[in-house]
Amino acid sequence: MDIDVKKVAMLSRIRLTDEEATELGPQLSNIIGYVEQLGEIDTDGIAPTAHPHDAAMPLRANVVTNTNRREELQASAPKIESGLYVVPKVIE
Amino acid sequence: MPFSSLSDIQNRLNSGKTTAVEVAQLYLDRIAAFNHTLNAFVHIDPAHVLAQAEASDAYRANHNARPLEGLPIAVKDIFCTQDGPTQCCSNILKDFHAPYDAHVITKLKEAGAVLVGKTNMDEFAMGSSNETSAFGPCRNPWDTDRIPGGSSGGSAAAVAAALTPAALGTDTGGSIRQPAALTGITGLKPTYGRVSRRGIIAFASSLDQAGPMTRTVRDTAMITAAIAGHDSRDATSVADAPELDWLAACESRDMKGLKIGKPKEYFVDGMDAEVRAAVEAALAKCQELGAEIIDISLPHTEAAVAVYYVIAPSEASANLSRYDSVRFGHRCDNPEDLLDMYSRSRDEGFGSEVKRRILTGAFALSSGYYDAYYLKAQQVRTLIQQDFTQAFEQVDVIATPTSPIPAFKLGEKTDDPLTMYLSDIFTIAVNLAGLPGLSQPCGFASDLPVGLQWVGPAWREDVILSAAAAYEGATDWNSRTPTTFGGES
Repeated sequence: MDIDVKKVAMLSRIRLTDEEATELGPQLSNIIGYVEQLGEIDTDGIAPTAHPHDAAMPLRANVVTNTNRREELQASAPKIESGLYVVPKVIE
Repeated sequence: MPFSSLSDIQNRLNSGKTTAVEVAQLYLDRIAAFNHTLNAFVHIDPAHVLAQAEASDAYRANHNARPLEGLPIAVKDIFCTQDGPTQCCSNILKDFHAPYDAHVITKLKEAGAVLVGKTNMDEFAMGSSNETSAFGPCRNPWDTDRIPGGSSGGSAAAVAAALTPAALGTDTGGSIRQPAALTGITGLKPTYGRVSRRGIIAFASSLDQAGPMTRTVRDTAMITAAIAGHDSRDATSVADAPELDWLAACESRDMKGLKIGKPKEYFVDGMDAEVRAAVEAALAKCQELGAEIIDISLPHTEAAVAVYYVIAPSEASANLSRYDSVRFGHRCDNPEDLLDMYSRSRDEGFGSEVKRRILTGAFALSSGYYDAYYLKAQQVRTLIQQDFTQAFEQVDVIATPTSPIPAFKLGEKTDDPLTMYLSDIFTIAVNLAGLPGLSQPCGFASDLPVGLQWVGPAWREDVILSAAAAYEGATDWNSRTPTTFGGES
């Protein structure tokens, strides 16, 4: 199968150089080609796995358990200002 | 002493023959002497290690010793720790400091363990050889031209060369068991949901599970006992998981009446002949110990790798979308706009295997392909689970080789990603089915360690610990140590 690597890279928000795209294209086609063997297995009426033990999603009380740790949590941010995350301008 | 088990060190500490500080210093000295050869640790802070050991000795002076009091344990760079960096061996998390401890790290601290440092791994745990690490490959103590396995390669190499008596790893498709096998140590992947994933950097959330890597079966039980248990902050941690008496499970010394399933799909042409012979010999030993070997079939085994390489990359592409360079992680210089910032930061920060998996996952989940790939894989996953359920109606436990081949050379499989993926063929199905699996040493192939894998029904780690302990008691493979690093071979 031919995969539009540039499109998939765009969906993934990863810039690819032309060189990377040329290398990744055939590799992805190989991997997807390999997994296509799954198409030969009869799965009519078989439920897809959601959780390995079929466990239900648990609920807990909706109460605040965290304290305010803004400074520690933002310590690893690339750019902050007055407690806000700074990114390039989004709206003109 | 360096190659002692955790249990031996614990006895020496309890009897006052040594102190936590002496033990910590011994391993710090070995790390200083050997880590440059192996690259097993990517972060080590000796002063902090000694401070923990001093605190443990002080605690012991005034209280009853806790279950892991003063015992050194290294952890894979995938566990968030408030002390020191947590980088997942990726440039996108370079110099990242986690604001909290992973739940299992808290549990280890509460049990009195001394955390030794962060071990090398494949970037984001994506790999089977430790060669995708942003901090360079780790080497196998049995032959430093060879890989230690992956992704928990640093933890495996560190234990095998006795730079630490024990370590934690994580296992998504074999990442504890395969490196344990390739370095001649013991590693346990608990049942999915047994150990909290909170604070473990996510790769594939429906498959990831943390577990111990040690020198003995009992040591794996000691650590699992400390880290297991429900955590309400991990929605996949199972609340009503049956509790086990972990240490009692290891006291078994025979296998009388144990029914061991031998799946024909795990003994196939193409696997290394010496690996096969070592595992067959191990099964013969089990028979001698009273076990009954029963031929079984797990008919969907062949599909496991294909299922895994849809599901794991799909979950990874979703999990790794958080590395957007806004709240943490690498950001490119002078981004033109938001899109440029995301896409260039991620291009610069992720290594090629991680990109390959994100793109594979994004493709499998993309509009028009979801049903054919992701949904189909989840259906076949159900069939793989049913294979095991049916097998466990017949047998108590399943025994297989952990890896079809012994440790390969650095660079040998890096050119073709698919060949690398196929090296996980015997471990992957266990993750897909959420079952517990343990690898222990059972011989050598071309002077390289071979692993025997035990697979049990969900929540029955006691059955595999018991079988593995009986086998370990009747053989001496787990006491073989690499001579280059001061062992006795």
